[in-house]
Amino acid sequence: MLKQLRPALVMLALLTLLTGVVYPLVVTGIAQLIFPAQANGSLLGDPDQPTGSALLGQANDDSRYFWPRPSATGYTTLPSGASNLAPTSATLAEQAMQRANDFRAAHGLPTGVKVPVEMRFASGSGLDPHISPDAARMQASRVADARGLNEAQVLDLVDAHVEGPQLGILGEPRVNVLLLNLALDRLQ
Amino acid sequence: MSALDLLQIALFLGLLIVCTPLLGGYMHRVFDGERTFLTPVLRPVERFLYRLSGVGMKKEQNWKGYAVALLLFNALGFLFLFLLQLVQGALPLNPEKLPGVEPFLAFNTATSFVTNTNWQAYAGETTLSRLSQMLGLGVQNFLSAATGIAALLAMARGLARKSATTVGNFWVDMTRATLYVLLPLSLALAIVLVSQGVVQNFNPDVKATTLAGETQILPQGPAASQIAIKQLGTNGGGYFNTNSAHPYENPTPLSNFLEMLALLLIPAALTYTYGRMVGSSRQGWVLFAAMMVMMIVLLAVMLLSEFTPNPVVGAAGSMEGKETRIGVANSVLWASATTSVSNGAVNSMHSSLSPLAGGVTMLNMMLGEVIFGGVGSGLYGMLVFVILTVFIAGLMVGRTPEYLGKKIEAREVQMATLAVLLPAASILLFTALASAIDAGLSSRLSAGPHGFSEILYAYTSTTANNGSAFAGLNGNTPFYNITLGLALWIGRLGVILPALAIAGSMAGKTVVPVSSGTFPTDQPLFAGMLIAVILIVGALTFFPALSLGPIVEHLLMTAGRGM
Repeated sequence: MLKQLRPALVMLALLTLLTGVVYPLVVTGIAQLIFPAQANGSLLGDPDQPTGSALLGQANDDSRYFWPRPSATGYTTLPSGASNLAPTSATLAEQAMQRANDFRAAHGLPTGVKVPVEMRFASGSGLDPHISPDAARMQASRVADARGLNEAQVLDLVDAHVEGPQLGILGEPRVNVLLLNLALDRLQ
Repeated sequence: MSALDLLQIALFLGLLIVCTPLLGGYMHRVFDGERTFLTPVLRPVERFLYRLSGVGMKKEQNWKGYAVALLLFNALGFLFLFLLQLVQGALPLNPEKLPGVEPFLAFNTATSFVTNTNWQAYAGETTLSRLSQMLGLGVQNFLSAATGIAALLAMARGLARKSATTVGNFWVDMTRATLYVLLPLSLALAIVLVSQGVVQNFNPDVKATTLAGETQILPQGPAASQIAIKQLGTNGGGYFNTNSAHPYENPTPLSNFLEMLALLLIPAALTYTYGRMVGSSRQGWVLFAAMMVMMIVLLAVMLLSEFTPNPVVGAAGSMEGKETRIGVANSVLWASATTSVSNGAVNSMHSSLSPLAGGVTMLNMMLGEVIFGGVGSGLYGMLVFVILTVFIAGLMVGRTPEYLGKKIEAREVQMATLAVLLPAASILLFTALASAIDAGLSSRLSAGPHGFSEILYAYTSTTANNGSAFAGLNGNTPFYNITLGLALWIGRLGVILPALAIAGSMAGKTVVPVSSGTFPTDQPLFAGMLIAVILIVGALTFFPALSLGPIVEHLLMTAGRGM
């Protein structure tokens, strides 16, 4: 037992140094060299006073902007979180119905219209930056009205922001809400 | 469910099959001490480590010496990580000025990382400093994975060798696993993840002013380096609280695909390494096939359940707890992979999965984390079931059971039974305890069967060293931090020690010639028998508990009853 103590102590110390110091520093060095923008959080706007990150959604209920998905944490980042509600939760059922009704009311849609599923349910991270292309198109007329724009113009902007499956096959078609909203602001 | 969904699943499984012999063959050469393309760079580092620590590269240990080295190394690793968290407030690399972690939580987190579990009672971005993440959690991500691989190598040698007294050298196996396998793969994956947007810096958190004029704090840190190894080492502990659902941890469909592949890569490849070590690739492929068949069948159940309409919330393929860029099919595929393998990283919230899909994630873990399982631990767990299977087959035809030409006798069967019973007892008894007292019940988020599932999931996940959660349960209480911490140790040591004991007793045996009564273990029939034994043992043990949780919840859901 004592004979093994030296290798145990020394190995732990050396491998801690290697995997806990050298490894993350090497990754940081390479990352900062070849992918500095991504490594530093994909920030948007002035680096000293960014508007946000291209990867993190943010809360927005202004009728002049596209709205993101519901978030269980209200888009707070410290810490990130989800509802963790059960699939049979009465609370969840009520929330989903309420969100659908609110969405229809805000967009002047009749009761029968189906609200896209991601607008009825909260995301996993509470920071989902995307909505489906359908959910964006359904918001176009509201945004156009609030801004005094032509709806077709806003729809064109939405279409320009639809991201297809990555490499042609991975993931889902989606629209980044913050990037779309920033583009809206640039339009005027 | 679309054709594109199926194509992605097929691509994923196909790539996994292709990678298995490539990486598996490489690992076989590494652990045999043969030359590989990394030898010129890494051999000097390896020799340097042995010289400073006084390890003889050629000096082997018997199973007890091997077990002592492993336990000692893990105990010291635990102590270091525990203390580091307590004093992090006074240490550097803590730009957010986080205080020391309270002792119960520090105990739970240290245990969970040393046992390769990474149960998240903590929330990374608000609990742990950059230093604790890097020097504490990150290090154990490597070392606990290397420990698992080492234990598997010892078991494989014990089965392969004839009349031997030793099963290898723990220090050499652990060092090689870290240097030649885990570090290079992590380095490559980390860089690709950064290219997709995973953060990797030492900046303080960034303060942003949103379009709505509010302040949003953008958390920063050395995340990519840690996320790469948490996937590859089947650890699963997130840099951020919501793990790989967090866009900084898993930003794109490509990062999602690669993280998912990374979590199955090494456990799958080790089946091939094992086959080569025991001198017959077929022996490895049979185990691979048994694992793959179980995974695909259970995945199909999950997909079917998730895409079936849920009358309570009025949706098929509910997006609660799921991310838009990832979608329903990739969330379910990940949930299947992360619970088959004892990884525990999540890209959607398992608690909000449909009842049967959530139930299968539990079943995956209850079967002993042997459907690929943790790095090393999955395969040595599977080999325990192999021994039980040949024993049962032997009983059926009335012959002495043999595996790889060696007689399976009372001691091996005792040890194998112990390795199956200890985790089962831990899951069921702790769940019963927590369901009976207020300290356990008061942490539930949900009422009804789902609340029971939250508790059952917690002890299943920790005992199986998985680490995922039905996270509605508040596990950060003294009661849960302690009992879940104990479940972690039972689940890890309760299998690793019996497995090493089997290695020791098998190594000393001689080989008996193959006769007409020998049950061949490299045929599809054996794979079928193995699957049957795993399912029967798992079902008999856990069906009553699953009935009280996910199964009754499914029936209530079908009847449209919410709670």
